[in-house]
Amino acid sequence: MDFEAVIGLEIHAELSTKSKIFCSCTTEFGKDANTHCCPVCLGLPGALPVLNKSVVDYAIKAGLALNCSINKETYMARKNYFYPDAPKNYQITQHETPLCSEGYIEIETEEGVKRIGIQRIHIEEDAGKALHEGESSLIDFNRSGVPLIEIVTKPDMRSPKEARMFFEKLRSILLYTEVSDCKMQEGSLRCDANVSVRPKGSTEFGVKTEIKNMNSFKALEKALEYEIERQINAIKNGERIVQETRRWDEAKGQTIVMRSKEEAHDYRYFPEPDMVYLKLNDEWIEGIRKTMPELPDEKKKRYIEEFGLPEYDANIITTSKELAAFFEEAVNIGGNPKTISNWIMGEVLRILNDREMEIKDVKFTSKDLVKLISLVEKGTISNTIAKKVFVEMFETGKDPEKIVEEKGLVQITDEGAIRDIVNKVLDENPQSVADFKNGKTKAVGFIVGQVMKASKGKANPQMVNKLVEEELLKR
Amino acid sequence: MAVDKSQVDYVAKLARLEFSEEEKEKFVGDFNKILQFVEKLNEIDTENVEISISSYPMFNALREDEVKPSLSLDEVLLNAPDKENGYFRVPKVVD
Repeated sequence: MDFEAVIGLEIHAELSTKSKIFCSCTTEFGKDANTHCCPVCLGLPGALPVLNKSVVDYAIKAGLALNCSINKETYMARKNYFYPDAPKNYQITQHETPLCSEGYIEIETEEGVKRIGIQRIHIEEDAGKALHEGESSLIDFNRSGVPLIEIVTKPDMRSPKEARMFFEKLRSILLYTEVSDCKMQEGSLRCDANVSVRPKGSTEFGVKTEIKNMNSFKALEKALEYEIERQINAIKNGERIVQETRRWDEAKGQTIVMRSKEEAHDYRYFPEPDMVYLKLNDEWIEGIRKTMPELPDEKKKRYIEEFGLPEYDANIITTSKELAAFFEEAVNIGGNPKTISNWIMGEVLRILNDREMEIKDVKFTSKDLVKLISLVEKGTISNTIAKKVFVEMFETGKDPEKIVEEKGLVQITDEGAIRDIVNKVLDENPQSVADFKNGKTKAVGFIVGQVMKASKGKANPQMVNKLVEEELLKR
Repeated sequence: MAVDKSQVDYVAKLARLEFSEEEKEKFVGDFNKILQFVEKLNEIDTENVEISISSYPMFNALREDEVKPSLSLDEVLLNAPDKENGYFRVPKVVD
């Protein structure tokens, strides 16, 4: 029997506000424990939470970017549970009335564009952080009250790869809109997954498990792969899938049971009595719509139409807002869009991936890249040399024209000079000449390579090709 | 709707509270009285009445996104029954 997976995601993103959701403490990350706390975020008796307007703005922005309807009348809810990182013994969140609902994101699967539904987005406060040490747990409340949006998808994903693509696209949109800095290593973007399996073609859902603690795109994909296989094997062995929460153990490469739903929480939600209704009007929502930047999908479409980029290139360049900005700057300075795209897709991304860096960290500017490209186009340097100049430019941030001048890398286009090198190489390699005469055309490639080497890569490659053939035929 | 002892046990467990058998019996009676009292509201026809969340005629109590000084670490930890290196220390919890 063939099985298919059914996956839904719950994503928490910390918002980019300066202060917390219900008090004026800073949201800054990585400072000494318990130094960003006040009576409100410590849950001291009598403290009164007051909603941060920017939280509402960011959540609306996220909702609009994710094609949601914005709900004009909502209220906060109290979710009751005991855990030492929640100082009030409840979390202020939204329950019956999320701020945004019914949206979607489109992802590009191998079968074409697929729409993944978003059920809801609501605002809530983050909890503190517990460090487990020996026989006790240590609690830091700096994160308590940091504003979050929780984004809940519909169970529309059918493979770990689709889940990963969705999560990547979502991150890209949240970064474009600057709703969240999405630093997964700092926990400002976190993802849980609900997953079940069922016989292919079935329309009923199987029993689902929830997986937590997946801290990277790769972890999400790996954890889902493991869990789907575990569930399928269990069913094949006649076992029953139990509804439970499991944790991804990166080191073991397994999902491990945390708690079963039999001991499920009863949160006893009720409207938060410390807060009043939130009422939005069209003016507020439209005001935020006006601040919406061009989103990855729109940008991609424009790159294809306006600049004639292949869809693949446009997709990759628009994944990162900064990379897209770099590309557009270069195009505006006056470079050929396709050539710039080729450089970005090739050398630029290769070196960034190698060094685990991002475009915003590089020393050279888009202007330098355009200059480098123009040096190739004018024939001053060859493509091969340009790649070397690029590395130098990357390391030092120096002007490419200066690098070429200082290192004497200007291309040799003097036919006589190249012909001399060709003949010298042919003299030194009689075997290759003989091979060529015996019909081994591969010898040409070898000779060309040797000539380029002898010229330290500076000879014009087209001329070398032409002259090597000419001189070989003369012999 | 009537409450029995098992529901009192359940609510006590959720609230992390412990009671004697006598107290629980008393709560069964109290809870039922409270519910009966509230049930009176069912006599009213609420067919076309919107749900009311808050009795205040207010909405949008909001603040600007401004950072103000937090408490000092000493003040934060003033009520902590146990602490270590600036952290609150609690019995080990593993989720």
